[in-house]
This record gives sequence, C-alpha cells and structure tokens, in this order.
Amino acid sequence: MSTATDTANEDLQHDHHDDHHAHHAPSGITRWLFTTNHKDIGTLYLWFAFIMFLIGGAMAMVIRAELFQPGLQIVDPNFFNQMTTVHGLIMVFGAVMPAFTGLANWLVPMMIGAPDMALPRMNNWSFWILPFAFLILIGSLFLPGGGPNFGWTFYAPLSTTYSNDSTALFVFSVHIMGISSIMGAINVIVTIFNMRAPGMTWMKMPLFVWTWLITAFLLIAVMPVLAGAVTMVLTDKFFGTSFFDAAGGGDPVLFQHIFWFFGHPEVYIMILPAFGIISHIIPTFSRKKLFGYASMVYATASIALLSFIVWAHHMFTTGMPVGAELFFMFATMLISVPTGVKVFNWVATMWRGSMTFEVPMLFALAFIILFTIGGFSGLMLAITPVDFQYHDTYFVVAHFHYVLVTGAIFSIMAAVYYWLPKWTGKMFDVTLAKWHFWCSLISVNLLFFPMHFVGLAGMPRRIPDYSLQFADFNKWISIGGFAFGLSQLIFLAVLIKASRKQGEPVDDRVWEGAEGLEWEIPSPAPYHTFDTPPVVK
Amino acid sequence: MVIKLVTIVVGMFGFGFALVPLYDVFCEITGINGKTDNTAAVYESVIVDDSRTVTVEFLTRTHTGMPWKFEAQTQRIEVHPGELNTVEFYVRNPASRPIIGQAIPSVSPGTAALYLNKTECFCFNHQPLQAGEEALMPMQFYVDPQLPEDISFFTVQYTLFDVTANATETEKIAMTQR
Amino acid sequence: MKKTLTSLTILLTMLSSHAVLAETASSKDPYQLNLTKGVTDISQQVYDLHMLMFTICVVIGVIVFGVMFISMFLHRKSKGHKPANFHESVKVEVAWTVVPFIILIFMAVPAAKTLIAMEDTTAPDMSVLVTGSQWKWHYKYMDHDVEYYSLLATQREQINNKFAKGENYLLEVDRPLVIPTGQKVRFLITSDDVIHSWWVPDFAVKKDANPGFINEAWTVVNEPGVYRGQCAELCGKDHGYMPVVVIAKEPAEFEQWVAQQAALQQQAREEEQRLLSMNMEMSDLMATGERVYQTNCAACHMPNGEGLPGVFPALKGSPITTADKPAHIDILINGRTGTAMQAFGKQLSLSELSAVITYTRNAWGNNTGDVVQPKDVYAVMNGQ
Repeated sequence: MSTATDTANEDLQHDHHDDHHAHHAPSGITRWLFTTNHKDIGTLYLWFAFIMFLIGGAMAMVIRAELFQPGLQIVDPNFFNQMTTVHGLIMVFGAVMPAFTGLANWLVPMMIGAPDMALPRMNNWSFWILPFAFLILIGSLFLPGGGPNFGWTFYAPLSTTYSNDSTALFVFSVHIMGISSIMGAINVIVTIFNMRAPGMTWMKMPLFVWTWLITAFLLIAVMPVLAGAVTMVLTDKFFGTSFFDAAGGGDPVLFQHIFWFFGHPEVYIMILPAFGIISHIIPTFSRKKLFGYASMVYATASIALLSFIVWAHHMFTTGMPVGAELFFMFATMLISVPTGVKVFNWVATMWRGSMTFEVPMLFALAFIILFTIGGFSGLMLAITPVDFQYHDTYFVVAHFHYVLVTGAIFSIMAAVYYWLPKWTGKMFDVTLAKWHFWCSLISVNLLFFPMHFVGLAGMPRRIPDYSLQFADFNKWISIGGFAFGLSQLIFLAVLIKASRKQGEPVDDRVWEGAEGLEWEIPSPAPYHTFDTPPVVK
Repeated sequence: MVIKLVTIVVGMFGFGFALVPLYDVFCEITGINGKTDNTAAVYESVIVDDSRTVTVEFLTRTHTGMPWKFEAQTQRIEVHPGELNTVEFYVRNPASRPIIGQAIPSVSPGTAALYLNKTECFCFNHQPLQAGEEALMPMQFYVDPQLPEDISFFTVQYTLFDVTANATETEKIAMTQR
Repeated sequence: MKKTLTSLTILLTMLSSHAVLAETASSKDPYQLNLTKGVTDISQQVYDLHMLMFTICVVIGVIVFGVMFISMFLHRKSKGHKPANFHESVKVEVAWTVVPFIILIFMAVPAAKTLIAMEDTTAPDMSVLVTGSQWKWHYKYMDHDVEYYSLLATQREQINNKFAKGENYLLEVDRPLVIPTGQKVRFLITSDDVIHSWWVPDFAVKKDANPGFINEAWTVVNEPGVYRGQCAELCGKDHGYMPVVVIAKEPAEFEQWVAQQAALQQQAREEEQRLLSMNMEMSDLMATGERVYQTNCAACHMPNGEGLPGVFPALKGSPITTADKPAHIDILINGRTGTAMQAFGKQLSLSELSAVITYTRNAWGNNTGDVVQPKDVYAVMNGQ
C-alpha cells in the first residue's frame, strides 16, 4: 500500500512541477482567474467568504433594525422574510463553508507536506463557480416579487406551491453551491489520501487535516441529498410532480426528513474544522502538547457518524410516533459525549501549561466558552418534551448563533489571526486586532444572550413584529447586533493593512509554541512549498 | 480515487430520491403521519373481539379550490375489533363543470393507521362527478384486533382534492362521454 | 458558621420572595427571563424538566469553566509557570466519557416519562378541529354545531405606528377559542395551505398543522383564564400576525357559551336564507364590501387593490374583477388550488361575499357597474 501511494505521490508531484513552470507568476486579474495554486485559491476563498460575511451581515442589520421596536417601520413582512432567508443561505453557504474551504486550501498541503492540492484545475473551478451562484441568489432579490422568502430551510409547500417563480433561480444557485462544495471536498480527500509526506502516518496527521478529512466525507455524503431535495422542489413547483403534495399522494413532512438528513450533518460540516483549528491554537499558546490526540480523532469520527441518525430532532412537533421521538432524543443526547470529550481535552491541554494570550488564543478561549454555552442549549433542545416549548422560538435562534457565530466564525477569525503572519510574513496590527476581539466579544453576547430570554418567554422566530412584552430585550439585542456589525469593520481594517504587507516581519515559527510542518517553511510562505517532500519522523 | 468519490456523490444523489419510497415503507411500518394503505385489504375471517369497543370518528374536509359538498353520513361509529363495517360519504358537485376528486386519508393517532384495514374505499381511486351530480361513496373497514390496548378512540380524516388537471386522458374522455 | 447560616437564610428568603413576585406578575412581564410555567399538569412537568436540564448544564458549566479560569490564572507564562509534559491519560479520558454518559441517563429518564405522559390516547371529553390557513385559525367544535374563524384583532394602524399600541398588541383575536377547564380537550390540527404550528405556551402544546394530514394534541386546563400564543412555523408573509387566543371557562359557563353560539350560528343561517329573496342597494354593498375587503383581502391584494407584483396579483383592472362574473364568484367561494387564494365560501356570509365582490368590481376605477346579490353567490355555491 505505502509503495503504491508513494509512487502516486511522485507522479502527482511531477505533474505539478510542470504545471508551475508553465503558469509561472502571471500578473493582474488573469493570475487570479486562471490560478491553480492552492495558496492563491485559498486567498480567493477567504476574501470571498469575508465579502459574503459582510453582505449577509448587512442583511442581519436590516432584520435587527426592523426588530428594534414593535410595529413595522423599515421593511414590509415579505421583504423581511427574504432577508431572513437570504441571510441564512449566505452565511451558511457563502461565508462559513467557503471560509473553511479557503483555510483547507491554504493549510492542508502545507500541513501534510504536499506541494499543492491533488486536483488544482478542479480547485480553480470549484472556486470560480461560487460567485455566480451568489450573484444569481442576490440578484433574485431585485426581481419583481423578490427572491426566496420561505426561510433557508425552504419547507414545502411554502417553497413549492406557494412560492413565486424566482424559486427556480434559488434552486439553480443552490445546485451550483453544492457542486462547488462537492468538488472542494473531493479535492481535500484525494490530497490527504495521496499526497502526505513520507512518514506522515494517519495518527500523525495534524488535527485540522483530520477534521477536514471527516468533514469532506460528510460533504460528499450529504450535499447530493440537498441537491436531490432542491430538485424535487423544482419539479414539484414547475413540472407537476407531487413529492411533497398531499393531493398527489406526497407528504410535506417528507421534505423535512430529506432536508434535515442533509441539514444535520451540514451543521457538523460547519463545526468540525473549527474543532481542528482550536486544537492547533490551544497547544501553541499553552506551550504544551494537545491532550488526548487519539481521543480527539475518535470523538470527531463519532460525532460525524452520529450526525446521520439525529436529523428528526429538528421536527419533533411534526407529529411523530412516541417511539421515534424517544430514539431521536436519545441519539441526540449521545452527541454531547464526544463533544464533551473535546472540551475536556482542550481544558486539560491548558492545565499546567505556560499560557500567553495573543489574539488567536483570545478567540480560541472565547470559542471554548461560548461554543459550550451553545452546546448546553443544544442539549436542552434535545429533550423532546421541552423542545415542544423551545421549538421555533428565539431560544433556537440563540442556540444556533452561539454555535455558528461564536463557534464557527470565531474559530475562523482565530485561524486567520493565527496563520495570517505565516501567509504575509508580517505581524498584523495587534492593537487593532485586540480591539476587534473585545468589541466582538462584548457585542456578540449582548446580541445573542438575551435571545434566550425572549425565546423562553415565547417569542417565535422569523417574525417581523412582536408583542410589547419583548420590546425591551429586542432593543438591546438590536444594539448588540449593530455593535457586532461595526466591530467587523475593525477586522476589515486589520485585513487590509495585512494584505498591504504592513507590520513587523516575523520569523518562520511566528509563535513561540507553534508545532507543525507549516511553521518549518519560511515566512511569508513562498508561492511553491514542499516541491521536495519533507520527511516526517 | 476521484472516480470512487464521484460514484459516492452520484449514489448519494440517488439516495436522496430513494428516500421517497423508503419513507413510505417507513411510514407503513411505524405509522408516521397516519397514512393508510392505498390498496384494498382482504378480510379474512378474523376473530371478532367483543370484549373491546373502539370509537372511530370520521372527518371530512375539502381542499382549497374544491367546490364539492362532502359529508360523512356516519360521523362516529363504535366497533368491535375484527368486525367488518361499512360507512358512507355523501358528495355533490355543485359546479357547472365535471370534476375529478381524490380523497386523501389521514389517521390520528398515527399508530392506529396500521390497524385500520380497508377492504373497500372511495379513496383508492379518482372519483369523477358530472356537474350537479351527487353520490354516496362507501368505505368498508375493520379494525385489527392487534390494535394496542391504550387506543380506544381514533379519527379518520378525508381531505378531498380537485385533481381534474392531473387526471389521465382516458379519465377525461370517460368523463365527457358519460 | 452562624454567619453563613444567616446569610443563607437571607438568600433563601430573597429567592422565595422573588418566586412569589414571578408568580403574581402577569405573563406580559417585559423582563420575563424564564420559560412559562403554564396552567396544566403537563406544562408544569415540562417546566420542571427545563429547570432540571438548566441546573445540570449550569453546574457542568461552572466546573468546566472554573477549571479553565483557574488554569488561565495560575498557569500563565507571565507568572513564570513552566509547562508540564503530560498529554494523555487513559483513566481520565475514560472517566470523562463515562461520567457524562451517566449524567445523560439521569436526564433521559424523567424526559422519557414526561414524553410518554404527553402521548395519552384515551378518549377525550371534547374535541376541537383546529385548521390553519394563511393567516388565520379556524376552530370547529366536533361535538357541537359551532365553528368559526379567528383573526388578528389588532388594527392595521397600530402595526403601522399610526395609533398607540394596545396592551395585547398582536396577541388579540376577534373570536378566541373557548374551552372548559378540568376536561380533557383534544385538538385535531390540520392546515388548508402551508404548514402552520399551533402553539399555546401556557399549555405546553405546540403541534404542526400539515396540509392533508391531521395531528393531535390535548390539554386539561386547571385554571380559568385567557391564554395567548402564536403560529410557530414560518407560513408566509403574515406569519407574525397569526395569534392564538384561548379562553378557559368553568364547564357550566362553557356549556352556556357553546349553546348560545350554536343558537347564534343557527340564527345567522336563517338570516342568510331571508337575504336570498332580497335585493341589496349598491351603496350598502359598497360600504360593507370595503370593510370586508380591508379585513380579509387587503393583506395580499393590498388596500389599493394593486397587489404585490410577482407575489399577489392586482385586482385593479384585472380580468377576474372586470370580466366574467360567475367565474369571479367561483374563485371567491372555492379559492384557487395551488395559490394563496383561499376558499372564502367557508369564511364569509353570503351578504359579505356579495358585498366584497361588488366592491372589487367597482372600486379603484374598475367601474363595471355590476351589482352582485347574495342570491347570485348562493346560485354559484349550490349549482343552480
């Protein structure tokens, strides 16, 4: 086996070598359009994700502005629904997922000692179809009748019989996003399987690589199911099938089963790479080896497997037999075991370390606490009888924003601050970055924590207007929202300064306790790295 | 490797669609959503359990766009498990055009659907009615004596849909010739 | 020791007085932080379960974050702490896999108990068929000859900030559901169009209304009162304007109420029959029609009849409101399959239908001059 892989490695590297010489350093826009370099593509993905984060964030600002006071002030309910829908789609498919793919592009080859991704041309393509998907999606908002208004979960029959014709554009753009993610995932898997440096055995692989490998398998397993679901929506709406229409023998609840069969693993797609990132940052700034490496790998794998048998916990109120409700409740509760193992391992890594608190570490620590709070509310949501009260309220909104914003997005920010000096060769503006951290931390909690209260008190989600008892908290939530939005402009400033290569030069290791192949190469990382594979002992 | 992965992708896309029939099978086994069989059951001389009575309630509704009058002649019936019963439903088409109707059953609690056996039902087929025509539609059923002890009461709902637009050509021709 | 005890007593008194406060405060407390306790045995169980989960989570959180903060405080480089060398321990790792698992079992048992208690399928004392449609609820008493629609009663002007908002802003309806206390009331829940979800927090009842299927839920309310909830599943444009209001009355009062309603509905039907032989004046029809239109139609077709381009069609200058009269009446009565246009034949009286049809055929410059009488509507409805 190993000889065969080695030969394959050599072949691939050989090919790449020729490639590089053929396209060496074209300049201007064509460099970015035709690039097959993993670092260039990683940068493209990351900037794209950041722009989408700002656009999706702007939509969140519209939502929060409307919810600042009871009554309708700024937008009409139909546009409000379009905002919640497109905000969700953009943040999930446009911000979080591409950001992780961008990090994978930059880091996976550098971490396993490969010269590039295994399929560089496909890599280029999987990025460049993405902007079109989002142009179509955002463009549909400007059509008469507007864009999708049925929530990012597009439950039938609201998205089929009762939607407007722009649904076709929505379906088309989701197809493109799906194809892009699938190609990205295939690339990651093939790279990790075939291009590891000699001596890089499975159990020596950095955790970011491990978590991404498992994520990539989740992606190729469930993105096609999403494609199937949107295709069925399309044919139900335009071609007279009745998958989800009771009149023709279909069932609207079936849609929810298919959607959440995709949707639940999707949630882990957005959090597993975050676990990987945190497992790099905590040991570095604790100056101590990660505690329980093997159990981290097993925990990640078991979370991924469990994610396939818990989907119906999103649909307890649809009327399931009690046996099914019990099964999905127990299975969901089980997930907290491997997740808990991870948190305990991180804490044990810090225990008796020698800690310093640089910006990436600050974000990582905030991640551990705030993600765990999201995990706790997740555990509460798993309890079926109580879920009947929580379901579709702001308690759920608070839960998944804790997991996705202070979880996934904080981990992405931590990752950017952690590896940015390696990418640019210069230390970022630490003062600004600390401002970014503290402003984000305070505002994000003001934004999402009171959502637990209004949710428990009975405020349903996805409503443009609410009764008077929720007015005070919503005002605070909106203020938190605006502050969090503005805080991200500080991040923009840091990134612009970094991309102009301003700042103190850094050495190869950058951070005192950093371990791994990516810290062995020069800073900034040269355009081509590991043309000859390193040997891992 | 790439080919294998692409095969997985294609397979999973297919699996998404396979979930549709799988779900129906799953529903049939577990009674999710109270779907009943849409083919006739055969009444084999089941032992009638006289010691138990079960109340079956019938509910009729017409969907948006369906002008028919639709009423259950028997709204509530007490049966012994295993006993064969017939109930009738009255329909009338007040519209000035022929319409084909399709009734969709739903049982609550869903588990009861597994034990409701219909030997004859208007809901198995499309039901055509000429303008102004009226009819009595029969439904013959028995409750399986295996019905769990804790269920002594269940509701059968029929929602009537206008499926004229989706009817097959032969049905349409049959309509105009009558 | 004594001092600790005293402070503990003070703390407990504070807590209990706070609890009393929380109970006396109305459900509209703007600083309500916690789940509604509700007024049924089930909702009480759910509340207890919620508090149990919450407490366990807080305890685990305090321990984990406590260890983390201690470590952040003591084991920092600036204090000259040297890193230790350990990086695995099978014993510890097994322990923190097994212990959470045991805690989970401890959580799962009461949860399963409550869930099974909720799935009680014994015969109810009475049943109500609850039907959701865009954006209103319909209640039908299965054991009485009473049924009606329940619409948002908050004025448009309050929503658009022209009038001051009332106490029950967005949580008030024209005709609330009335149920008896102390009896098992079963709700059969279904929908005419998209998926809705019927939710009353005080009963801990939330069930989806799926088109073409029925779901059921039940409750036994212990205390008479007015209980408010909302639609909990995104159901289109006015999802936020679809409240649920339930009034629980003592059984005797309820019987009286339901008999009165049955009589009123009978009377209304007779009145309808009488109207058939009469012709109404154009001006009366226009006046009633405008009122009916603003309550029932303006949400989609807009007060000016121009609709929302691409979503809801305009009525102003539309062939439906200006050409074929029977076809127009038919759409009003039966709705149109596959669109948000509902069957208003079930919702409005003959005179209201004839008025609103007359109104839409003559308002906003449609000026067809057509007058539609109740008997015209009756003819289409019954095929004569």
